[in-house]
Amino acid sequence: MELEIKVNGEQWALNVAPADVLLDVLREQVGTKSPKIGCERGDCGSCTVLMDGRTVRSCLVLAVEAEGHQIVTVEGISYQGLSELQDLFLRINAFQCGFCAPGIVLSATELLEHNPNPTRHDVQEALAGNLCRCTGYEPIIEAVLGAGQPKVGLDRPATGPAEGDRP
Amino acid sequence: MTTTFPFEAGAKDEELRTVGTDAVRIDGLDKISGAAEFVDDIDFGPGLLHAAIVESPHAYARILSIDTAAAEQAKGVVRVVTGKDFPYKFGMYMEDRYIFAQDHVRFVGEQVAGVIARTHREAVQAVKLVKVVYEVLDPILDPKRAFEADAGLIHPDLGDYTHVPWFFPKAGTNIAHWRKIRKGDTEKALAEADYVLEDTYTVPRYAHCAIEPHVTVSKLDHADRLTVWTASQSPHTQRHLFAEALAPLGFTHKDVRVITPYIGGGFGGKAGVSMEILGAAMATLVKGRPVKLRWTREQEFYNTYQRQGVVAELKVGVMNDGTITAVEHKLFWDAGAYVEYGANVVNAAGLSATGPYRVPNITNDSLCMYTNLPPGGPYRGFGYSEFHFGLESHMDRIAEAIGMDPVDFRRKNAIVEGDELSYGGHMNPSGLIEAINKVADAIEWGVEEDSDNPNTVMGKGVALFWKAPAMPPNASSASFLKFNEDGSLNITVSGMELGQGYLTVMAQIASEVLTVPVEKIRVETPDTDRNPYEWQTVASHVTWSSGLAVEKAAIEARGKIFDVIHQVYGYEDDSLYLESERVKCKTDPSFEKPLSDFVIDGIQTGDGTWRGGPIIASGKFMPEFTNALSDPETGQGGHPNVHYTVGATGVVIEIDKDTGRIWVRKAALAVDAGKAINPDLVKGQIVGGLVQGLATVLYEDMRFDEGGKMLNPNFTDYKIPTAFDIPDEVVPIIVEVPQPDGPFGARGVGEHTMIAAAPVIANAVYNALGIRIKSMPVTQEKIAMTYLEKSRS
Repeated sequence: MELEIKVNGEQWALNVAPADVLLDVLREQVGTKSPKIGCERGDCGSCTVLMDGRTVRSCLVLAVEAEGHQIVTVEGISYQGLSELQDLFLRINAFQCGFCAPGIVLSATELLEHNPNPTRHDVQEALAGNLCRCTGYEPIIEAVLGAGQPKVGLDRPATGPAEGDRP
Repeated sequence: MTTTFPFEAGAKDEELRTVGTDAVRIDGLDKISGAAEFVDDIDFGPGLLHAAIVESPHAYARILSIDTAAAEQAKGVVRVVTGKDFPYKFGMYMEDRYIFAQDHVRFVGEQVAGVIARTHREAVQAVKLVKVVYEVLDPILDPKRAFEADAGLIHPDLGDYTHVPWFFPKAGTNIAHWRKIRKGDTEKALAEADYVLEDTYTVPRYAHCAIEPHVTVSKLDHADRLTVWTASQSPHTQRHLFAEALAPLGFTHKDVRVITPYIGGGFGGKAGVSMEILGAAMATLVKGRPVKLRWTREQEFYNTYQRQGVVAELKVGVMNDGTITAVEHKLFWDAGAYVEYGANVVNAAGLSATGPYRVPNITNDSLCMYTNLPPGGPYRGFGYSEFHFGLESHMDRIAEAIGMDPVDFRRKNAIVEGDELSYGGHMNPSGLIEAINKVADAIEWGVEEDSDNPNTVMGKGVALFWKAPAMPPNASSASFLKFNEDGSLNITVSGMELGQGYLTVMAQIASEVLTVPVEKIRVETPDTDRNPYEWQTVASHVTWSSGLAVEKAAIEARGKIFDVIHQVYGYEDDSLYLESERVKCKTDPSFEKPLSDFVIDGIQTGDGTWRGGPIIASGKFMPEFTNALSDPETGQGGHPNVHYTVGATGVVIEIDKDTGRIWVRKAALAVDAGKAINPDLVKGQIVGGLVQGLATVLYEDMRFDEGGKMLNPNFTDYKIPTAFDIPDEVVPIIVEVPQPDGPFGARGVGEHTMIAAAPVIANAVYNALGIRIKSMPVTQEKIAMTYLEKSRS
C-alpha cells in the first residue's frame, strides 16, 4: 500500500503492508532509529513518537494510520542542537543506558508544550507510560520540572553541540 | 598483598582536578540526541536474515522426534536447524548446557530448533510448522524437593561435567554446587548463646527487565570470520565461549569477533552467554548472510537468566549484651535447569551469608539446586539481595527480642577493618558505621511519626548491606590509550557502558593523570578485535579494575611524554609534571610545552632531526592477591574476594491499614564508594538501584504454573516501577573511606544500592503494624491479610 507521511519535516512516499506498524516502517524504511523496540505491545513507551504533536506508541499504530500525518522523533527535535529539555537531561543525568530516553524526551516535550509549568504529579502522569529501568525516574522528573524554569542550581556548563555542528 | 599500585588512595581532594567532579557524561550527547546506536539499530543491508526459535512447552521432557520438513518448505525459509547441527556444550563456569537441546528439554522455553528466514514474520510463521514429539516427564520446581534423596535427577551425568575448581557438584544428586563455610564452633556457640532465633525466609525469582531486549546479529563471512554484534555485558567472555563451543567447526579466537555498541540496560541479564550463542551458531550455516535474533519481551522474561529464588533457613545466636556469636545459614537456591553461570551466584552468597557483621562462629551451606525452571544467573546483587532479605529481617527481630534498638544492635556488630571474614581473610577499610549513622540521621530514626490520616500508619526501617565482587581470581581488565594531534585522547577498554557512566569515569581517571579535559577524551565501546581484554562488566568491578588499567595506561603515557622532554631538553623526568595539557618543570619555571605540540609529531632538535613520535600506552590490572583455593568442607584457606563495599538503607513509609498499600515517603541510602570519581553518577546508582530494589519487595514477582510455565511474562502482569512508583524523596549519601588498592581510592557501588531494599521495607512494615512478612514480595495483599488476622486475634 502507498503511504505518504512527513517524518521530521521530510516528506516520504513509502510502500507498506497492511499489517506493518509505524515503528517498523520508521526504523526500516525511513532509517529513523531513535524509536526503539522494547515490548511491541504498548507497555514500555520506548517506541514513543509525536504524531501531529501528540505522543503515540508507534508499535501500536498501523503504518497506514499515519497517512498524511506529521511524525516527529527525537532526531527531529535535535536537528538544530539540543532543546532546553534535552540539555537539562544531559546536565543532570536524567538517563543512563539511554534506550528509553528518546521516548521520554518526547513525552516530556508534549507535556511542556501544553503545560509549561507542570507540577511533580503532572510530570509523573505524563511519563507514566514510559518505563525506565535505570534512573529511578527522580532525575527525569527533576529535569522536566526544571525545563522552562530560570536556570538555577546547575553548576555544570551546557555541552550541547556548537552552532553549525549539525546540518 | 603482592601487587603494588601506582596511585595513593585517598589523595587529598584539593589535589584532584577531575576525579570527584560531576563531569558531564561523555556518552550523553549520543544518547539524548538519538544518535546512540544499539545493536538493533545497525543496518545490515538487504542480505539480512532473521531467526526465530522453536521452544519447549514442557518443563521436563524427552525429545522423541523433530520434524522440520514443513517448516523447510515454508515461504521465505532459508534453513531450519536443530540440536543435531550443533551437538556442542557450553557454559561459563560449568559446561552443563547445549546450544540447542539434544535428547531432553529441562525448562519451558528451552530452544529445540531454529528457523532462519528472509523476514522476521516468515521466521515466526515457520516456527509453528516444526513438529516436535515429546515424552513428558515430571518436573521438579522446588529446590527443597530437588534436595530430597528420592527426587529424580535433572542431570544424571552431572559427575562428568567440566567445571571450575571452586565448584563442588555432587554426582547422583541435583546439587550442582555446595558452598560450605565452617568457621569456629557454631553448634557450641548456639548452645551457649543467651538467645537464638531460627526461621525460614523465601524469595521468588525476578526478572532484570532491561528495556532493550537481548539482540544479536551474527555473520560468518566467506573468509570464515565470524562476527557477532551483540547487546552484551561481556564481549570478551562471549568471544571466548563462542570460540570454545564452536571449536569443532574449526573456529579459533582470532576468527571470532564480538562487537558491542551501546546497550539498553543490563543488570546482569546480559552478562555471560545466553541467547547470543544461538545466533552465532545459526549464522555458521548460512555463510555470507548476517542473521538477526531478537528476543520478544516474553522471551526476555522466560528465556534469559533469571534471578534465582531461594529458601533461606537462618539461625542466629546472640548474647544479652547484643553480641552476635553464631550464624547458621542454609540457602536452598532454585538455580534452574542449567547453572553454568548461576552456580557462581550460589558460591558468592555462601561466602558472605553472614552479612556485614563480625561473626566468630559460622556455618553456611549454599546449595545450588537444579530445578526445571529457566536457568538462573547473575542479577544486580548476585545472591546478596536474596539472602539479605532474611538476614536483615532476622537482625531486627533479634534486637527486639533482647530489648536493643535495631540500629544500636547493628552498630555494635557491624564489621570493621581487620575483622575476620567467613573464609579467614580480613575486612578491608570501610565506612559502615558512618553509613549507619548518616542513614539513621536522614530518616530521623528514633523519632516517631504520626499520620494525619486515621487509616494509615507510619513506620521506619533500617537495613545494612555488603557485597564483594564475585569473580574468578584472575579476572582482568586492560586498556589502550593513544594521543591525537591536537592533544585529545582515544582510549579503548572492553568494559561496557551499561548506563552507569563507565566511559565517563574512565575518561575522568585518564584526565586526572594527563590533565587532558574530559571533553577531549573519547572512550570507545568494545570490539574484541581492537579493544584490549576485559573479563566482563559485572560484579561492580569495572570502576575499580578497569579504572586501575586506565590509570596505569595514563601513567605509562605520562612517562613517555616526560622521556621525550628529557631527551630533547635534558630535564630530569622527576622534575617534570603536567598542568593544563602542558609539560612543566619544577626546576625551570620558564619551561612549558603544550602536549599538542609533540604527542604525535615529536619535537625537532637542533640538528633538524625529531624525537618522540605518537604517544601510545597500555595498562592492565589483575588482582594478583586473590585465589579460589579453599577447603571444600570448610571454605577456609583461600582469598576469594577482593574487597567488600558496604552501606546502609533507611525508609519512612506510610501504610494503609485496610488495603496494605505502602507509600515510601522517604528513603535514604548510604554507600561507601571509597572515592566517588563522579558523585552525580554514584547518586544515579543509588536512586536507580534503590527503586529497582523497592520494586522487588513491593510488587515484582515471577509466577509459574504447576507445569513450570511462567504466567506473567510481560510488563502488564509483571509490573516494574513507573514514574508514579517511586519514593516521595530519596536521600543519596556517599561515604568515602578509600579502598587502598582502588583508583584514587574508588570501589564499586553499582549492585549494592538495591541489596537492602527488601528487608528495609519488611522492617518498616513491622515497625508500623507489628506484622512480620517472611516471604517476598511484601505485597499489599499479604500485608492486609496478615494485619487482618492479627487484628482479629
